[in-house]
Amino acid sequence: MWSIIRSIAITFTHAFRKRETKDYPEKAPFLPARYRGRIILTRDPDGKERCVACNLCAVACPTDCISLQATEDETGRRYPAFFRINFSRCIYCGYCEEACPTNAIQLTPDFEMAEYHRPNLVYEKEHLLISGPGKYHDYNFYAQAGIEIGGKKKGEGPNEEPPTDVRDLMF
Amino acid sequence: MAIGFIIAIVLLMVITIAAANIYIERRLLSLWQDRRGPNRAGPWGLLQVPADMIKIFLKEDWIPPFADRTVFVIAPTIVMIVTLLSFAVIPFAPNFIVADSNIALLFFLANSSLGVYSVVLAGWASNNKYSLIGAMRGTAQMVSYEVFMGLSLMGVVMLAGGSFNMRQIVESQREMWNVIPQLPAFIVFLIAAVAESHRAPFDLPEAEGELVAGFHTEYSGIKFGMFFVGEYISITLISAAIVTFFFGGWLGPEFLPPFFWFMFKTFIFIAFIILLRASLPRPRYDQFMAVGWKILLPLTLVNILVTAAILLYRG
Repeated sequence: MWSIIRSIAITFTHAFRKRETKDYPEKAPFLPARYRGRIILTRDPDGKERCVACNLCAVACPTDCISLQATEDETGRRYPAFFRINFSRCIYCGYCEEACPTNAIQLTPDFEMAEYHRPNLVYEKEHLLISGPGKYHDYNFYAQAGIEIGGKKKGEGPNEEPPTDVRDLMF
Repeated sequence: MAIGFIIAIVLLMVITIAAANIYIERRLLSLWQDRRGPNRAGPWGLLQVPADMIKIFLKEDWIPPFADRTVFVIAPTIVMIVTLLSFAVIPFAPNFIVADSNIALLFFLANSSLGVYSVVLAGWASNNKYSLIGAMRGTAQMVSYEVFMGLSLMGVVMLAGGSFNMRQIVESQREMWNVIPQLPAFIVFLIAAVAESHRAPFDLPEAEGELVAGFHTEYSGIKFGMFFVGEYISITLISAAIVTFFFGGWLGPEFLPPFFWFMFKTFIFIAFIILLRASLPRPRYDQFMAVGWKILLPLTLVNILVTAAILLYRG
């Protein structure tokens, strides 16, 4: 009997408590910086595409929603000819971001991607590619990859030393 | 005032309140569950009720092929009719009453027990085991709780000088509201009345966790809507009855009209019944019956005896 009255009273006090409801469309919810939402492709600080079309993201993807084709430009720099993410399949697990060796593919705290037609959820490279470097501002894969590319000789990168001619070491 | 005018006003008002109860209940439940409740349709979600009504009117009104058609169609109307009829004897204000009858209280009790036919016939006509179990529960609940719902009011009748007239019952509370001398009767009547209108936590006939939806499992569209609105009308009815019998009806300070006081108190009890739904779980069926017969019935009888003894002693 007492517990019944007590539970009624407790329920009544809930009238004065904070609401659990998020007023979503009116007030944007707080999302942490590492929230896994819409996937983007980022660029180097100098504005070139980071993606080297290594296909590791497509391999890591549990739902096979990423497809891309590798190609090379005239300087030998690899890039994807097309890069396609089917967001109607994507589960936002972030494995592609983990797999990416060049920090090109990144997940962002944006989830408002609803569409009326399913084909609109297939994002091509021009939809995915952004103009900036994303979460990693200074990272430039080709500048420190140690390979000769786009006019840069071996050993001209910031943390690189000129290649040693091993035959010199013999004397 | 002409009687037809009063009937029209009461009918319109009761149905409007019943519709408003849908909105009020959803808002209050959300208030007590730390939610916001309906707030999309119109300002503060006020258009939610018209939206719900449009939806329920346009839904397919399906009668199962295995159902008893005639009874199936009649059943939902009964609860509406008997609860609306009961409002005929509710005094909203000193001169605002449809039928100022000498047996108003008996009429109210009779109508509230007739309401069980809605449950029984719906459960029977549906030809569905869950509906039938719900109807059986409804019958047993009504039969047992009707007993002390009526008996608990006898103390009120005694205090009103043995009158079944609602107006005299209200007038007899001018000195002191009946809830003070008749507190046990009030508690019993409140429980029995909630049980009679099979509202949560005593919604055993529909018990969605156990019986799908109980007696209205097979109902859809506006027939289901009738049960739904009937339930809200009976909330309004029992709130109005509690106010009339125990909380001095229209009596209140002079600065506001009697009608206001009556509606104000009624809405407090509507809110309280919704609070009961928000806070209490549904008891097990046998527990519910045991409490009724083993606690509430003796309590009511003792209350009648004590009230009668005190009245006799005072002369």
